[in-house]
Amino acid sequence: MEAPVALKVHDDDNVATIFSSGLTAGGEVKVLDKKGNAAELTLISDLPFGHKAALCPINAGESIIKYGEQIGVARKAIRRGEHVHIHNLDSMRGRGDLSREETA
Amino acid sequence: MKITGYKRGDGRFGARNLVGVIPSVVCAHDVAQAVVSQVQGSVGFFHHQGCCQLPPDLDRVTETLIGLGRSPNLGAVLVVCLGCEGTDHKRLIEAVAQTGKPVAAIYIQELGGVAKAIAAGIDAARKLALAISGQQREEADIAEIIMAIKCGASDSTSGLASNCVIGYVADKLVDLGATVLFGETTEFLGAEHILARRAVSPAVEKKIYEIVARMEARAKSLGCDMRRGQPTPGNIAGGLSSIEEKSLGAIVKSGTRPIQGVLEYQESALGLKGLWIKDTPGREPEILTGMACSGAQVMLFSTGRGAPQGFPSMPVVKICGNPETYEHMENDMDLNAGVIITGQKSIEEVGEEAFAKLCRVFSGEKTKNEAIHYFKAIDIYTLGPVI
Repeated sequence: MEAPVALKVHDDDNVATIFSSGLTAGGEVKVLDKKGNAAELTLISDLPFGHKAALCPINAGESIIKYGEQIGVARKAIRRGEHVHIHNLDSMRGRGDLSREETA
Repeated sequence: MKITGYKRGDGRFGARNLVGVIPSVVCAHDVAQAVVSQVQGSVGFFHHQGCCQLPPDLDRVTETLIGLGRSPNLGAVLVVCLGCEGTDHKRLIEAVAQTGKPVAAIYIQELGGVAKAIAAGIDAARKLALAISGQQREEADIAEIIMAIKCGASDSTSGLASNCVIGYVADKLVDLGATVLFGETTEFLGAEHILARRAVSPAVEKKIYEIVARMEARAKSLGCDMRRGQPTPGNIAGGLSSIEEKSLGAIVKSGTRPIQGVLEYQESALGLKGLWIKDTPGREPEILTGMACSGAQVMLFSTGRGAPQGFPSMPVVKICGNPETYEHMENDMDLNAGVIITGQKSIEEVGEEAFAKLCRVFSGEKTKNEAIHYFKAIDIYTLGPVI
């Protein structure tokens, strides 16, 4: 069976979006970029349809990039193949909680 | 390709020929609802505003209702007033009548209460429905279209499939001389620099940054992280991790053409050409009202998790980017863009299908939410408190 596909939307991205259901840790996915180049990625987390996996190690505080743009910052170190979502990605916008801390 | 529509006294073309029943205030709902349930071809606008609000909001409600009433999709209008509301009902009635369409009004307090007002309202709406029922569609140019666009119940397929399809149609309509409106200012956060680069002038560029800053300040005013409000729990379950990610996928639906300017929520787009931003929140009841009151006759609406709702006077075409959702909720989805995710079709192919669908819907084909009347939950976006 052909490996499930993940999409890397922009060359600068450090995450890819998975478009298969029921993928689990240890699973192999084929990461396609816009030019159709394929690369292998081994998942180290379970991943639901439409969620993201890290394409390389991302240090805490580093930008998480999709569409070639920052979509957030790593709250903690993220390993290659790990699920990237709200548990380890901090949004930088609409953060009334942060401005409250700044002014406190 | 040509479309057909109902030519109005002001020269605009309507995609529908409805009697709009407009309560001037929330307290007139029940009467308006009774009228709509009895009169074929009538639709109601059951918003929750119009009294005990600060003057700027009352003006906004009046202007929004005027815009809804002036929409070319309405052939006639019945305004249902209580009699003591804060909305400027006289101006509402006059401004809608200026388009040349028949307008009637009833006042619940003056008529002696609810039952009498319902009887008078049904009689007035019945006459309006009969008066416009003979009007025939005429051929019109694509340039007559004012298309609104929107995404809702998004997931990570939205930015890669259904929003790309809408972007394709948006570019095509702009090139054909039509008008395209997009909004959801909240979903510019993190992507505003990309939109600002497409502004036709430095003034428009500045305005884009201003409306985003205004919306973000509003979101931050309660001192919390806005996640769960935006992105929503559904967005998050669908794989969207932050507003930035949601925004970067959302703006794709605006296509690539220059942004001509920014309209306030209640402003009309009649007479404007090209691509415009309308400053609105992302939530459906408010943004759909904001778009319809601009004069938009049709909307393309992208979804990933399956948003079924439409709008009373504006056909809303649902384009689903998630192949699993499309299969599961086909009853509510008008077009499958999930075939882009599965690699069966290109964005251009589905874009052409969406354009053809839009033209057919403008010309009378029903959308799935119209067929099942799933469009009653609407509201007007206000800024101040209810007092």
